[in-house]
Amino acid sequence: MIRIEGLHKTFGSNAVLQGVDLSVARGESLVIIGGSGTGKSVLLKCILGLVRPDRGRITVDGQPATVPASEAMLAQFGMLFQGGALFDSLPVWQNVAFRLLRGHLKRPRDEARAIAIEKLRRVGLGPNVADLFPAELSGGMQKRVGLARAIAAEPQIIFFDEPTTGLDPIMAGVINDLIREIVVEMGATAMTITHDMSSVRAIADSVAMLHGGVIRWTGPIDEMDSTPDPYVQQFIHGRAEGPIAAIR
Amino acid sequence: MTDALLAPLASLGRGTLMALAAVGRLAIFAGQVLGHLVRPPFYGREFLLALLQIGWFSLPVVGMTAVFTGGALALQIYAGGARFSAESVVPSIVAIGMTRELGPVLGGLMVAARVASSIAAEIGTMKVTEQIDALTTLSTNPVKYLVVPRVVAATLAVPVLVAAGDSIGIMGGWLVGITRLDFNSATYLKNTADFLEAWDVGSGLVKGAVFGFIIALMGCYHGMQSGRGAQGVGAATKSAVVSASVLILAANYLLTEMFFST
Repeated sequence: MIRIEGLHKTFGSNAVLQGVDLSVARGESLVIIGGSGTGKSVLLKCILGLVRPDRGRITVDGQPATVPASEAMLAQFGMLFQGGALFDSLPVWQNVAFRLLRGHLKRPRDEARAIAIEKLRRVGLGPNVADLFPAELSGGMQKRVGLARAIAAEPQIIFFDEPTTGLDPIMAGVINDLIREIVVEMGATAMTITHDMSSVRAIADSVAMLHGGVIRWTGPIDEMDSTPDPYVQQFIHGRAEGPIAAIR
Repeated sequence: MTDALLAPLASLGRGTLMALAAVGRLAIFAGQVLGHLVRPPFYGREFLLALLQIGWFSLPVVGMTAVFTGGALALQIYAGGARFSAESVVPSIVAIGMTRELGPVLGGLMVAARVASSIAAEIGTMKVTEQIDALTTLSTNPVKYLVVPRVVAATLAVPVLVAAGDSIGIMGGWLVGITRLDFNSATYLKNTADFLEAWDVGSGLVKGAVFGFIIALMGCYHGMQSGRGAQGVGAATKSAVVSASVLILAANYLLTEMFFST
C-alpha cells in the first residue's frame, strides 16, 4: 500500500504539488493522468526518493519514504522510464540484469544472464537482442528492454512513466498489453503516468487526475467516462475548450 | 539615488554569495566522493574501464605534447643560453623543466581537455536521459558507481602519464639536441642523468596525481550538475574543462610553492 498525504513540492516560484493526497492499494493498477507539467513525474520521483518534497508524508507498506530512499525500500520498486533510460555503455542483457549483477541481489553472471534472457523473452524479445547495445534498438524495443529491466528483480511495485510516448499505435498497444499482463501475472502494485487514453483504458484499475497541484478526481476506471467532473471530461475527450487552459 | 549607489554593491554581494555557494557545493561533492572511496561496494570493472579510457587512451595526446614541448624547450634554452655562453645546460634544464613543470602541467591540461570534457558530457547526457535516476532506482549510488571509479582512475593514471610524458619530452629535447644543436648523444644523456634528482621527478608525479583528481572531480561534478538538453550538457562540458584547467594552474602554483620555495 502506498499512501501519500499533503505532498507539496515547489521549484523556484512554481508550486508543482500543492497538497497531493492519494493512496494505492496492494495489487492495484493506478493510472495518473494530467496535462504536461502538472507534476506527475515529480510525484513518482518523490515516492522513489529522487526528489525531496517540501512537505507531506509518503509511506510504503507503513514505512515512511526517505530521501535518498533506503536500499531496502528501492528493492521493492521497478521503474520504466519515459525514454527507457537504458545504460548506453552496457549491452542489453546487462541492462536487464543490472540489479542482479551487483548489490545484495547479486547472482553468478551466468545465472543473471539467463534471467535477463528469460525476462527479454517475457517482453517479446529474442535472445539475439541480449548482446546488442541500446543504441542498436528501435524505440519500441528500448521500451521493452526497459520493461524487462523493471521486472527483472520481480519487484512488488512498478512505476511506468509515459510507457507509450513516442511509439506508433500498434507498438503502444503491444506495450499496454504487456504491462497489463505482467502486472496481473506478478500481482504487483502499479502506478502509471500517461497522457495516452488508450493506455489508461488498457492498464488501469483506477484513475487519478492531477491538476493544479492536487488530485482533482480519483475513482475506478469504470466511472471515469461517467464522472461529471469537467476537468476529467475535457482531458479524456481532448477538448480545447474547458476549465483546463490550453496554454500552460 | 541610494538604490543606484547600492546596486553595484548588491550585485557584488550576489556574485560573492553565488561563488561561495558553488564552492560549497563542490566541497560537499568532493566530501561525498572521499566518503564513498572507503565504503564498499567497490566497482572494479568500472574502475578498470575508466583506467583504460583515462590512462591508456590519453597516452598519444600526452606523448605528442611532450615530444614537441621537449624539442622546443631545447631550442629555446640553447638560444637563450647562447647569450651568456651556457649552451651546455640544455640537457639538464630540459630534464628539470620537463619533470618539474612542463610534463605535469601540459600533460594535465591536455588530459583535462580530453578527459574532463568527455566525463562531463557522458555523465551530463546520462543525467538528462534519466540514466542517473535509473541507477538510483536500481539501488546503485550514482556517485559510487560513476564518480568514484573515474576519480580513482584519474588520480592513479595521470602520474603514470606524466612519467611517460617526462621521458618522451626529454627524448624530444635529446633528438633536437643531437640533430639540430650538435650535441653528442652520450654527453647529452650523461648531463641529463647527472643533474636530474629523484625529487624533480617525484614532485611532478605528485602534481600529476593532484591534477588527475582535479580533472575527474570537475568532469564528474559538472556532469552531475548538468542542465537540461543539449545546451545544458554543452555548458557542463565547457565548465568542466575551464574549471579543471584553472584549478590545475592554481594547484600547480601552490604545489610548486610548497615543494620548492626557499
